[in-house]
Amino acid sequence: MRETAMEYVENKEIIARRIARFFKTGNVVNLGIGLPTLVANFVPAGETVILQSENGLIGLGPAPDADHVDKDLINAGAQPVTLQVGGCYFDSATSFGIIRGGHVDFTVLGVLEVDQEGNLANYKIPGKLVPGMGGAMDLVAGSKKVIAATTHFEKSGSSKLKRRCALPLTAQKEVDYVVTDLGVFEIKNNTFVLTEYFAPYTPEYIVEKTDADVVVSEHCKLSDI
Amino acid sequence: MIAKPMISPQKAAELVQDGMVVHVGGFLGCGSPERIIQALLERGAKNLTLVCNDTAVYDPKTGRKNGVAPLVLAKAFSRVIVSHIGTNPETQRQMNAGEMIVDLVPQGTLAERIRAAGCGLGGFLTPTGVGTEVENGKQKFEMNGRTYLLELPLKGNIALLKARKADKAGNLVYSKTARNFNPLMAMACDIVIVEAEEIVEIGSLDPDQIHTPSIFVDYIVQA
Repeated sequence: MRETAMEYVENKEIIARRIARFFKTGNVVNLGIGLPTLVANFVPAGETVILQSENGLIGLGPAPDADHVDKDLINAGAQPVTLQVGGCYFDSATSFGIIRGGHVDFTVLGVLEVDQEGNLANYKIPGKLVPGMGGAMDLVAGSKKVIAATTHFEKSGSSKLKRRCALPLTAQKEVDYVVTDLGVFEIKNNTFVLTEYFAPYTPEYIVEKTDADVVVSEHCKLSDI
Repeated sequence: MIAKPMISPQKAAELVQDGMVVHVGGFLGCGSPERIIQALLERGAKNLTLVCNDTAVYDPKTGRKNGVAPLVLAKAFSRVIVSHIGTNPETQRQMNAGEMIVDLVPQGTLAERIRAAGCGLGGFLTPTGVGTEVENGKQKFEMNGRTYLLELPLKGNIALLKARKADKAGNLVYSKTARNFNPLMAMACDIVIVEAEEIVEIGSLDPDQIHTPSIFVDYIVQA
């Protein structure tokens, strides 16, 4: 393999910043725990998105200060949150009616593995980590668009983008976009189509370093993010 | 309206008999009936099957725990049917040691199975879990070009709920995200006990603002 001088530096913030650009005013969005939660910090000025939390609310607001923590008001990760003016609460069946019924425009989830067929594995490493799927399977199966958010590489150096997931799947062929700290990929015809890349990386570097079939879109551009 | 018996947490814990299927409201401990759970712990309840969103939060480093977590630590459950165990490492330990059966169910499927039990449905078709381990052993149906799994209702012997307010007839109002599975479980179990933070006279709740109608509630415990 050709040695490249380019050095990868993990950058979660650029992933969150870029994903936030998908959203338009009025979109209903569910953000998963971890990296996806960061996306809320970067919604572009002028766009008003409605955040849904599967434990039973729409209109999720920022964390309260320590004096205003309410034991009855948490997000799906059990962190104290606030409700925006006009937001509301509902039970878990209604919450998953919203999710499964196609009323969520975007769901953003973390990744253990994502493959070029749009399969996602993010809930289980057999024998090691079995936290349970929580709401992830419903979110991925039911949301209009699914965005997988992940750093491009595992600690071992192989890419989290695969030809075929080896881990148990969260859902089959449901992922629409993958945003990593190298670029933005659309899943089309069983390939990762690179549509945008982040400096200082190049499409050639990304194709070379990804353990899957990556096609560079004819409209692929350097991100201005 | 008929007033329901007001009982102590200890009496509630006696109504939960060993071997029962127990639905417990709450999401990571938010909206769980903590006093009844404490009484169950003191009674030494055993061999229960838990239906709950999760096994709540237990941090072995700090000892902090909430919701049903103390009952998990006391090995009160022989089986748990939940969507998530990642915030309670003791659940995974007991599962790996073969001390407890853990059935992981997608959260929306779990909610709907409980709802179906309470609403007299024989089951429902969901796209969730198709192409994953969740589909193992389940009937599949093709409808309008999409594949669905048949999921079955999940009834319980007894429900332990948490409400913000109850009137003495058992009409319930929940608080914020502490609502979660509580109103679904109220309809899905033979016996329903609610632990309410505030118990008020019949007629003092606005009928338009009641989340769970009184007919589902059998006993009331003061939180």
